[in-house]
Amino acid sequence: MSINAPKTLFEKVWSQHLVKDETPQTPAILYIDLHLIHEVTTPQAFTLLREKKLPVRRPDLTLGTMDHSTPTTPVRSFKDLAVVGESAANQVVRMQENCKDFGLQLYGFESENRGIVHVIGPELGATQPGKTIVCGDSHTSTHGAFGALAFGIGTTEVGHVLATQCLLQRKPKTLAIEVGGTLGRGVSAKDVILAIIGQIGVDGGTGHVIEYRGAAIEAMGMDARMTVCNMSIEAGARAGMIAPDDTTFTYLKGRPRAPAGTEWNDAVVRWKALRSDPGAAYDRTISIDGTGLSPMVTFGTNPGMVIPVNDPVPDSGSDPSFRKALNYMQIAPGKPLSQCPVDVVFVGSCTNSRISDLQQAADIMRGQKVAKGVRMLVVPGSQQIKKEAEALGLDRIFVESGAEWRESGCSMCLGMNGDTVPSGQLSVSTSNRNFEGRQGIGARTILASPMTAAASAIAGKVTDPRPYLLDS
Amino acid sequence: MQAIRQLISNTVVMPATDIDTDQIIPARFLTTTSRDGLGSRLFHDWRFKTDGKPNPDFILNQPQASGCEILVAGRNFGCGSSREHAPWALLDFGLRAVISTEIADIFRSNSLKNGLLPIVVDEKTHAWLIGHPGVEIRIDVEQSTVSLPNGSSAIYPIDEFARYCLLEGVDQLGFLRKHSDAIAQFEETRPWKP
Repeated sequence: MSINAPKTLFEKVWSQHLVKDETPQTPAILYIDLHLIHEVTTPQAFTLLREKKLPVRRPDLTLGTMDHSTPTTPVRSFKDLAVVGESAANQVVRMQENCKDFGLQLYGFESENRGIVHVIGPELGATQPGKTIVCGDSHTSTHGAFGALAFGIGTTEVGHVLATQCLLQRKPKTLAIEVGGTLGRGVSAKDVILAIIGQIGVDGGTGHVIEYRGAAIEAMGMDARMTVCNMSIEAGARAGMIAPDDTTFTYLKGRPRAPAGTEWNDAVVRWKALRSDPGAAYDRTISIDGTGLSPMVTFGTNPGMVIPVNDPVPDSGSDPSFRKALNYMQIAPGKPLSQCPVDVVFVGSCTNSRISDLQQAADIMRGQKVAKGVRMLVVPGSQQIKKEAEALGLDRIFVESGAEWRESGCSMCLGMNGDTVPSGQLSVSTSNRNFEGRQGIGARTILASPMTAAASAIAGKVTDPRPYLLDS
Repeated sequence: MQAIRQLISNTVVMPATDIDTDQIIPARFLTTTSRDGLGSRLFHDWRFKTDGKPNPDFILNQPQASGCEILVAGRNFGCGSSREHAPWALLDFGLRAVISTEIADIFRSNSLKNGLLPIVVDEKTHAWLIGHPGVEIRIDVEQSTVSLPNGSSAIYPIDEFARYCLLEGVDQLGFLRKHSDAIAQFEETRPWKP
């Protein structure tokens, strides 16, 4: 490729971080600008560093928090947070020790900035356009909403980044997804990404970095863009990216770790160049119409098994994996999910726990009651979001409707902290994975937007949120 | 990482597609700070009933699975979470290779770091393997081939560097650290600092 050939957003960020380019024999050495770490996927990496007597190369580019096993039961003081289970408690202590011993900043239980790793990175302004960002967590793709190249890695690679600030990587392919049109009322970013995964499949993005573009993406705020990029991994893609624009810059300005003063102006000039050039070639391109989208819900055991909320569950004949999924979900083909009674509603996770997610759910809950027999948990993504929501009175709306208002954390998305869905119960969840047992052994998960989750809590069954919006 | 040049073993077959890493090892077992002993948790909620007794219907609990080192699985094996506990659990259980028509990116990368062979074969070879569970096959890492007992042999695609690392048992961290000077120079000369 000539140096002047039009480049995609991905290619620009990729090429700016090459310590060494790839050859047929060796992968590229890619420099990492921000390494996010949490308690679950790092202990074995720190053990390796200790064994090899290696320091962390760039503590200043490493940022830690504790989110996966963090209890979310309301407490008066962080000192009252009691981690569930001896081994989880041990893991939390190890994280504290590792960060102390290696000189890393940890937003621990005592920090008012703690929260889900993919919520606090952007919130602190550490997530910025043009950066390479990694974390031992597949939902690192979230940060691509800012025009960063962000992807999940395993624990061995966490060790590589701690020790060298670099990764060995083959250049992925590119997939452009154009979302045109205007989203209707009651249709949100979550419905867009679920529709995309339904269209391309849970392996449709394998080997690719997705760039989301088009009018419907440009019209989204940063919270919504993060929801879209977050679930790129659910389509098998390593990363999802959105070109930064004024919405991005307005979000970042004044945040604690964002550039300030003349550095801010220089950064914005640099960031404005992070757009795919006209005529830049992608390996694949697909488009979907945002105007025609409905609220989406999953019916099976992966996020690609998804339908518009009022459509009947499809029948895929004798495909054994499809049959197995419907059998697990105790759902029959041919009928819409709106017949299904709901036991649990979860609003939270790195997909949908930000302030606008909570606002959308609260707008539907205002003056309404959670249906009898339904348990609803609202778990803000960070302590800062919790504070902001409380200042807006959202907590009172949830509590008065009968929902539980909790401390921040990953919570019921993966049930590592004691917040689980009991076996056999049906959960409508704003999280990202409806895998078997994800929310608890035998739990049955339906993925949906915060609006659909809220409407389903009120109705006590899977419900289209749009009729609930008419009065407001 | 242990070097691996070839693997001869009977196969165990799990034809389901999209087997995610939450099935390979459920999240509640990720509170460990070690990489050892995870084999006892492999496919836990498929292997064991809620009362803790082994599920006799699950393939890994059946006598013919004993000693098998090669898992043949449906398309898109290892999707979902980035947890490296998944290949750690497979290896600790005694499996050394996974064969599918597609393997999820992060799982593949994690497997290669630990000497678990992630092998993507063509549809025809895959269909034959699914249809003939338990056969003895040979994986030749040097030649990048899977040889079937029917006499046919399929070449599988693998990155040249990944193949070299498997054959020589290369520690990739050691490889990266040899480039410390280039990394320092990059940090010095890049036009902007993170």
